[in-house]
Amino acid sequence: MDALLEVRDVTKSFGAVAAVQGVSFALHAGEAHALVGENGAGKSTIVKMLAGVHRPDTGTLAVDGAEVDFAGPADAKAAGIAVIYQEPTLFPDLSVAENIAMGNQPLTRLRQIDRRAMNANAERLFTRLGVRIDPARPARGLSIADQQLVEIAKALSSEARVLVMDEPTAALSGVEVDRLFAVTRALRDEGAAIMFISHRFEEITALCQRVTIMRDGRHVCTEPVADLTVDDMIRRMVGRDLSALYPKQEATIGETVLEVEGLSREGVFRDVSFTVRAGEIVALAGLVGAGRSEVMQAVFGVDRYDSGSVRFLGRKLKPGSPRAAMAAGMGLVPEDRRQQGLVMELSIERNVTLPRSRALAKLGLLFGGVERREAASWTQQLQTRLGRLSDPVGTLSGGNQQKVVLAKWLATGPRLLIVDEPTRGIDVGTKAEVHRLLSTLAARGLAVVMVSSELPEVLGMADRIVVLREGHVAAQLTRAEATEESVMYAAMGQPS
Amino acid sequence: MSEVRRRLASWDSIIIALTVLVLVVASVGVPNFGTSRNFTFLVLDLMPIVLVALPMTFIIVTGEIDLSVASTLGLTSSLMGWFWNNGLSIETIIPLCVLVGAMLGAFNGFLVTGLGLPSLAVTIGTLALYRGLAFVVLGDGAVADFPWNYTGWVTGTIGGGAVPNVLILIVALALIFGVVLHATPFGRSLYAIGANAQAAHFSGIRVARTKFWLYVASGAIAGLVGVLWTLRYSSARADNGSGLELAVVAAVLLGGVSIFGGRGTLPGVLAGVVLLAALQNALRLQDVSGQALNIVTGALLVLSVLLPNVASSIRATWHRRRLRQAAAS
Repeated sequence: MDALLEVRDVTKSFGAVAAVQGVSFALHAGEAHALVGENGAGKSTIVKMLAGVHRPDTGTLAVDGAEVDFAGPADAKAAGIAVIYQEPTLFPDLSVAENIAMGNQPLTRLRQIDRRAMNANAERLFTRLGVRIDPARPARGLSIADQQLVEIAKALSSEARVLVMDEPTAALSGVEVDRLFAVTRALRDEGAAIMFISHRFEEITALCQRVTIMRDGRHVCTEPVADLTVDDMIRRMVGRDLSALYPKQEATIGETVLEVEGLSREGVFRDVSFTVRAGEIVALAGLVGAGRSEVMQAVFGVDRYDSGSVRFLGRKLKPGSPRAAMAAGMGLVPEDRRQQGLVMELSIERNVTLPRSRALAKLGLLFGGVERREAASWTQQLQTRLGRLSDPVGTLSGGNQQKVVLAKWLATGPRLLIVDEPTRGIDVGTKAEVHRLLSTLAARGLAVVMVSSELPEVLGMADRIVVLREGHVAAQLTRAEATEESVMYAAMGQPS
Repeated sequence: MSEVRRRLASWDSIIIALTVLVLVVASVGVPNFGTSRNFTFLVLDLMPIVLVALPMTFIIVTGEIDLSVASTLGLTSSLMGWFWNNGLSIETIIPLCVLVGAMLGAFNGFLVTGLGLPSLAVTIGTLALYRGLAFVVLGDGAVADFPWNYTGWVTGTIGGGAVPNVLILIVALALIFGVVLHATPFGRSLYAIGANAQAAHFSGIRVARTKFWLYVASGAIAGLVGVLWTLRYSSARADNGSGLELAVVAAVLLGGVSIFGGRGTLPGVLAGVVLLAALQNALRLQDVSGQALNIVTGALLVLSVLLPNVASSIRATWHRRRLRQAAAS
């Protein structure tokens, strides 16, 4: 078989993190090829290398058997590779035809843009795809599905032969998915190679001939889809040894601290209910985009919700007010440390005491180094490695920054701590420290909600797991019931 | 390395040193600069700038701006004349003008925080709007017959000595604003808002509400300065204080407040105001022309923005070099 595109033993690292290690596979003409793996398995990095955004550290890409080296997206495009992203990036104020012709506009003899040729070309492409979109209308206001079709038309107009589709169906309705698949099948049968990334197995079995499975940046296998059951695929995606240590301590489960009832927000999450009790670690699991962070941000009040209620120690919490949540005894260690967790330019001590400065003030004034004493005590307890407390917090390493965020919220003496991806982007040693800390705190009676995309972390730390899928609670599992497979099944919408 | 960095980073300490230097050199080298009479004039001249600069510092620290202050001043001055012509007592007029200023500020605050409009655009708009209204109220005329005991207090000195009465007001307000900015939870929250509004929000700080009240404060102080300005020149006019906003913003930036928010100190700003005023005063005593004064002011402002940037790019180069050395070894 002739390989249209080959990925040969590529490796890509970001800092100390190896995102992709020694991955090889080939895409053939007339083939739809699925790429699957957990969050963080390295799929996106592969896509970005194919798109010319990242360059492999080692290994090569080959088109038609010849090695290529993409200096940028333009090179990838010239080699005939087009990428359709989950959220297309059209120019909203240009017409559909202009978007398709972008960078490649037909010219009249006077070197003016030939609008008529441009529109006719777009019309021809849409006919070929069998869809009806007015080429003259502006791209603004097109549905996501239509925007993707415009992107596909754009790919066709540049004579792309490899179409990489990065979770194209995530935001589509059933009918739209069917239409996208019809178009994709037609292109495949015309001899294009399709790389299809999706978390939905029914789509993979419906569309693809072969599947490549990745795990932790490594290539697990490439096999015909027909030879694998969904079970096989999931096992291979998650199948890793649970050797990493999660120091789970036994805690006495106490009174109910948080009750979330029917929480909904239009288009983000719907009818989410769960409870958290003192001493309990509840994990919110699910795929990226399942609405986990959004739910917890609404609970804490930094975001709004449309309906439902949040009760804290039996009392209804004022919606949309982080201050009320804090006063009640809640803390949130957010997902995005740099943008939400810390004020990078401010000193370590100011960051630690930011939510608490009111309580530290005497007669409304902050004098005599109360902030420094407070910050020193908490950063020492968490064994934060730092120079001076007056240094900007941005000078610390990621792990120590995370400790500052934890110190900041622990200093408020919370009854419930929400931690969103508490160990993302921090080194293994600090990771274990954070796990130990959360465990100890729970054993002392703190209620913890942990949002995490790392299954071992979820399984190792949680007493209970609430699995979200597409904005609603797909399953609630006890520690005993939870396995990597059962959580993944629930997260991906497969019956277990 | 870190010592140099620390020094470069605290621009406000440089500006304070520079201000002291200018004051000393001018006292020694410029005839009449050090006289008590000149001191009185110097204080009266910098009064409107320094007072308006206090809330302006707060606003710029949060990453916003208020360019409508001079027009607020003009409108309250016009209203003061109009109220006086309509027979209100001066004791009623003064608080009323401060209140009107606060309301004009609240309108700015509503547009910026309630509707989420950019403060630069909003306050350029109200700069024109409020000045226009000032002319509607009073036209081209002036009202001059304010009671002598009030106008005399503003221009007078304590016990007929060298210390102007208004200096008490300036010192009192500067102390209040300085303590609030540097030693209260509210002040801490302003820096957090300016440096990262999202993180501030996640820390339970009420970002919009805080900014709203800053605009109210800015308007109220501008209203108060409208009153003081009117009494000082004994003249309520619609064009009072034209262009003052630029002098204020210049002084605040010169004082080391970052236009992007999150950085700056009130002592730095006070030094910036004094530096600008003293320099202008000294040059004027030397018979330097008005245009030349503008050139000096403008150059100082550009330098104040340029130097911290140069300093930080030097820092970045050092940092890169250090990383390369670390990688090589």
